[in-house]
Amino acid sequence: MAVRVQVSDFDMGAEVALLRRGRTDLGAVVTFTGLVRDLAGDNPISAMELEHYPGMTEKSLEAIEAEAQRRWPLQASLIIHRHGRLAPGDQIVLVATASPHRAAAFESAEFLMDYLKSRAPFWKKEETGRGDSWVDARETDEDALSRWR
Amino acid sequence: MDVLYFAWVRERVGKPREVVATEAKTVADLVDELIAREERYAVAFEDMSTIRVALDQELAELSAPLTGVREVAFFPPMTGG
Repeated sequence: MAVRVQVSDFDMGAEVALLRRGRTDLGAVVTFTGLVRDLAGDNPISAMELEHYPGMTEKSLEAIEAEAQRRWPLQASLIIHRHGRLAPGDQIVLVATASPHRAAAFESAEFLMDYLKSRAPFWKKEETGRGDSWVDARETDEDALSRWR
Repeated sequence: MDVLYFAWVRERVGKPREVVATEAKTVADLVDELIAREERYAVAFEDMSTIRVALDQELAELSAPLTGVREVAFFPPMTGG
């Protein structure tokens, strides 16, 4: 179980290999990788700046990881979230969950992502040819979270 | 207490953090005090439905008491992931 908030990139394959190392009891590993898209609506973006709240970010990610463990039989989990300036195509976030059964691994990975979207203290600013703008929270993200209540 | 601002709230207030001497009893009282102080706070806190609050790094309501709180943070709805 681990949470990392970092500027540097990550290697999904290496992270999963580390998570599996020395273990033969895992039944399923689900990973999700979030990427910076090159469009904001119809506007091409040149970069994305990701701001976060040092201290609160780590605490809130650890709390949601603990909540996922309470809800599903997780054998391992990992959340890596980047901050700083990212370019289109860059990786933003990695979530990995391992469980004896696939349903728990899929569901808990979705749960972690839904939480990250609207409860973890990150903010995105997109740089476009028309200037910079903060990404608004979307109502659909809130709806996605409500299904876990 | 330490007051922190993030994202566009930080940009509108014009600084990431400051130390505020206050007798405010709740977060809402603190917001009113800041708004009365300078125009830039009025701009930042124009629509409180778009502002989220954390007290000592835990999400809280505007009505939450400030007793014993060391760090207050104001920011827009989060957009991680």
